[in-house]
Amino acid sequence: MNKLQKADYIKMYSFMLKIRRFEERAAQLYGMGKIGGFCHLYIGQEAVVVGILMTIDKNDSVVTTYRDHGHMIARGLDPKRIMAELTGREDGYSAGKGGSMHMFSKENNFYGGHGIVGAQVPIGTGIAFTHKYNGEKNICRTYIGDGAMNNGQVFEAFNLAALWKLPVLYIIENNKYGMGTSVDRAAAGLDLYKRGEAFGIPGEKVDGMNVFSVIEAADKAGKYVREGNGPYIIEVQTYRYRGHSMSDPAKYRTKEELDNYKQTDPIEIVKAEILKKKIATKDEIEKINKDTLEEIKNAAEFATNSPFPKDSELYTDVYL
Amino acid sequence: MSTEILMPALSPTMTEGNLSKWLIKKGDTVKAGDLIAEIETDKATMEVEAVDEGVVLDLLFKEGEANIPVNKAIAIIGDPKEKVEVKKEAPIEKVIEEKKIEKNIETKIENKKTDIIDTPSPKIEEDRNLSSEEITMRQALRDTMAEEMRKDNKVFILGEEVAEYQGAYKVTQGLLQEFGKERVLDTPISEHGFTGLAVGAAFKGLRPILEFMTFNFSMQAIDQIINSAAKTLYMSGGQINCPIVFRGPNGAAAQVAAQHSQDFSSWYSQVPGLKVIAPSTPYNAKGLLRSAISDPNPVIFLENEILYGLKGPVNNDINFSIPIGKANIEKEGKDLTIVTYSIMLQKSKEAALRLKEEYNLDTEIIDLQTLRPLDTETILNSVKKTNRLITVEESWPFGSVGSEIANIVQRDAFDYLDSPVIKVNSADVPMPYALSLEKLYLPQVDDIINAAKKVSYIK
Repeated sequence: MNKLQKADYIKMYSFMLKIRRFEERAAQLYGMGKIGGFCHLYIGQEAVVVGILMTIDKNDSVVTTYRDHGHMIARGLDPKRIMAELTGREDGYSAGKGGSMHMFSKENNFYGGHGIVGAQVPIGTGIAFTHKYNGEKNICRTYIGDGAMNNGQVFEAFNLAALWKLPVLYIIENNKYGMGTSVDRAAAGLDLYKRGEAFGIPGEKVDGMNVFSVIEAADKAGKYVREGNGPYIIEVQTYRYRGHSMSDPAKYRTKEELDNYKQTDPIEIVKAEILKKKIATKDEIEKINKDTLEEIKNAAEFATNSPFPKDSELYTDVYL
Repeated sequence: MSTEILMPALSPTMTEGNLSKWLIKKGDTVKAGDLIAEIETDKATMEVEAVDEGVVLDLLFKEGEANIPVNKAIAIIGDPKEKVEVKKEAPIEKVIEEKKIEKNIETKIENKKTDIIDTPSPKIEEDRNLSSEEITMRQALRDTMAEEMRKDNKVFILGEEVAEYQGAYKVTQGLLQEFGKERVLDTPISEHGFTGLAVGAAFKGLRPILEFMTFNFSMQAIDQIINSAAKTLYMSGGQINCPIVFRGPNGAAAQVAAQHSQDFSSWYSQVPGLKVIAPSTPYNAKGLLRSAISDPNPVIFLENEILYGLKGPVNNDINFSIPIGKANIEKEGKDLTIVTYSIMLQKSKEAALRLKEEYNLDTEIIDLQTLRPLDTETILNSVKKTNRLITVEESWPFGSVGSEIANIVQRDAFDYLDSPVIKVNSADVPMPYALSLEKLYLPQVDDIINAAKKVSYIK
């Protein structure tokens, strides 16, 4: 990858901030009863998806888990429409029929948003299969939570991807807990990136709180996959500040542990770098902060004013 | 501008909360993301963060105050220079007004007009392009796949033993030689994985034909079939369709016992988003498989191992198809109706011959061909004519396709019925191994005859 330009730093900062402000606002709307059901926030993990974003081609495909709001924002999708899906309105990306966990944008090669733990892994592998079948140079980025790494279909997908040398980059977002169960209570052998070894899939572990480390690893892995060498696994060590979903108080971990991670806050790291390199002044950063807050406020406004889907929509989109 | 901080709902069921602790005080400046309070909910004590920025102008509740309704203002933040207006009672908003939805007394399973193609199922006896040569069901399926693969590069086949082995039941014979290993793929014994892979490929625009060596093994993959293939069009608001055919033998073969003999027709027919087809002859296998491969939706194509060797004439036109959602009136009659599908068509025909000979009953036989969407019109028209109905199928009795048909008929043709609808199904037990017990388990011609006598009040 080319050396990061000044604009890249600003882009990273803006996207990470946008994700965080979006999630905080989503939490607020949830609190007000405007968002229902399950809602999984990405706060703390922003550097992962934004780091990957910096190495992505717009024709590459993406598929991810139900913790997907940040992934959609990083894909350049409109926060207004994402929030409108969370509020279950007709302007949402799935016209209000999917909700927080099931969002898609085919035109942006974003294939969800999957609510079943692990199910997106064979699906992402199949999307990669299609890139290869069609003779395209693109790859499919398939995100996996640490919880899914004990799910059988993940290994079936690894086997197929390696067997058929499919252009799929598996990104394990290890945020340390599958719901309330810590990785060490769920996974025998803690190095999840090594779980492709048996299939000959190379893997590496990377610090997911630091966007620069993520970029470096993603760039290297992306090249390997794009050159037709088959799949690659990156295990990104990250941390979610919030509970698994909105109703989870996260009592299974200590406050010290959380505070410790907050010391290495991914957004603060980028901000410090920007100031150190004199890419932007404090005032300019402050302006980004204000603009972002405003944009997300508008998104919330839009999402709460968009109409509910028409009753007639109940019976549409079952069959094409 | 000042902003109210409201008591948040922190779980889907919370209606009020207790203010355990303030983490801010009047005059503090808060930024988005700062912790402001600890709230005790019906489930746990949670920390609440600020979303807006400003100076804390007022805290409206004291620490320890309990039962504060959700959405009630608990604090005010804003610019201290501005005058604060505190609403005495923040309105508790009801997110969705409870609308009086006028529902039918019963939820009908409605076939939308667009789901049904209005051309009738072609009749084999009227088909002018019928081949003089008879071919097997196996060959009819193979030929149709090959024809569609020649037409469209996006069509490919994958499954266990479909390529080098030439198909566990030889249905894919010769396809590897003609289309190569890029389009005819042997998979490992890994249904969950390769089904998900095929679903992903279909999302991305390919048109996979996925062979299950038998549908019994589709249970390994059923999450991907139901949760991914069938629901994604809906969940994506119509953006992402899944043009895939899941095909393979379904139901009993011969003495392969409980784990390899199950009929899944009603399981899959229960799922909105799937279409379900069960051919009974080489002729309709050809026409229906072509429709299945061309369909933009996921299709479950239930073949039958015993029928693979069944011979019959076909229409060899490479564009010949039979519309999905149309039943075929296999034989017209006036005394009673038998609704059936797949292998039970053969047994129903045998029964009809004997019913004519032995009891002078003129039976109408409807071969469903498609189970979902169901051709209720053809069934109802027949019942209105004959006034008596039996359903014949291989699946277990509880919640079977026949159960749904019985429901529809009693609802929409109650006044036409001269006797209760009778279902003929397999025994309500796992499939036994012993030949004698297997025969008892499966519906036999005599069972159909007994049912026909019963609806006709013949002792």
